[in-house]
Amino acid sequence: MQHPAFEEVTIHHEHTDDATFKKKVRKTTILLSVITVIELGIGLLIYTMHKGENPNELLVLMFKGMVCILTLAKAYYIVSVFMHLGDEIRNMIMTIVVPLLLFIWFITAFIWDGNSYKNLRNTYDKHFQETTMPAKHQHKEETKPVEKPAGKE
Amino acid sequence: MATTATAHQTKWWSGGKSPFNMEYGKLMMWYFLMSDAFTFGAFLISYGSIRFSQNFWPDPNVVFNAFPGAGHANLPLAFVSVMTFILIISSVTMVLAVHAGHKGDKQGVIKWLAWTIVGGLAFLGCQAWEWHHLITGEHAVLVDGQIDIIGQTTGGNPWGDLVSHDAALAALQKTPHETLISLAHQSNHALTHEQLAAMTDQQLIKEIKLDELHIREKGPIAFGGYFYGITGFHGFHVFSGVIINIVMLLMTKKNVFQNRGHYLMIEKAGLYWHFVDLVWVFVFLCFYLI
Repeated sequence: MQHPAFEEVTIHHEHTDDATFKKKVRKTTILLSVITVIELGIGLLIYTMHKGENPNELLVLMFKGMVCILTLAKAYYIVSVFMHLGDEIRNMIMTIVVPLLLFIWFITAFIWDGNSYKNLRNTYDKHFQETTMPAKHQHKEETKPVEKPAGKE
Repeated sequence: MATTATAHQTKWWSGGKSPFNMEYGKLMMWYFLMSDAFTFGAFLISYGSIRFSQNFWPDPNVVFNAFPGAGHANLPLAFVSVMTFILIISSVTMVLAVHAGHKGDKQGVIKWLAWTIVGGLAFLGCQAWEWHHLITGEHAVLVDGQIDIIGQTTGGNPWGDLVSHDAALAALQKTPHETLISLAHQSNHALTHEQLAAMTDQQLIKEIKLDELHIREKGPIAFGGYFYGITGFHGFHVFSGVIINIVMLLMTKKNVFQNRGHYLMIEKAGLYWHFVDLVWVFVFLCFYLI
């Protein structure tokens, strides 16, 4: 179909016939739904692990990493199939994708910073550590006493 | 592909044509979406940074476990998966609307746009219910040595670490009469407010079933601000997306695009709508899954 109002557009995308299009949309919908279901499954798995006595922190972290990767896969399908970014010319795709690469540094730096702030506070601010550390991570022999003095005055 | 071969031969920067082979409005929509991605990214990364700076963060499966009409049943992730599927399906109907637009099929555009609007409104309804449930929820929390009843707001977080039975029992001794009445009422619905009010503190404490109440400490206060801020900002995007889609629907009905000869405006609205779905994928990840 020609777009008379947009003469600056040189190559018009050839639109696929209905059958191919419907097939592609159906495939992507099923794919997104299946990934979401898997994510939910992992979410519930993490929940049951947390309920257990001694959750394996490394395994929980691995599952969380898997959910992150699955989410990126979902994002890829939404952008490339639903938003048709994959059909545009390369230069245009790059002006969108390359700036977003900043996120790699952005996420690493800020998460690192948050973690470092926690470690520094736990080292130098014992009050912070005592009041916020969950009881099960504290020394096993002393069960956390209620803060009697605080409430009484 | 034939187009790729042509794309290589074309002198894109020689003037007279779009070097990106795209009309102005669509290109600017892409750049707007990119900047919006940075805004959402900044919010989510700030949330991540604060979360990593805490020794304790609430488990989302504990916070988001309610379902409309299911009472106090523990259904982690159930409602939010409904919301996620609503958005995915509305994204699919938007794809179909854009496709109908390419073919110049006015009735198809109207049909699929209408379904997309329904999906958007359904999502907003779900979010309104979820917020209402969180804000008005009544949770027994150990605050300054006594039990308080609070909901999830930007000023308080009831999802801290679980309090041991003995500590909770000790805290009940210092808890005000009115709070004890509410707690006893939560444990025993058979007794009326008048009957409970006539009881002494010790009688009330006996009525309270501590193991069912799951008394917790206060959680990190930042949780509420980030949750309501980011899901609210996303909800605002959904809301404006619905408004844009309604405008598109009315313009289609008035033959504006048919007279213009193309339905490219639907494509731009579609890009925005898919972006809203894309952001939700990440909000869903950061707040509900991990």
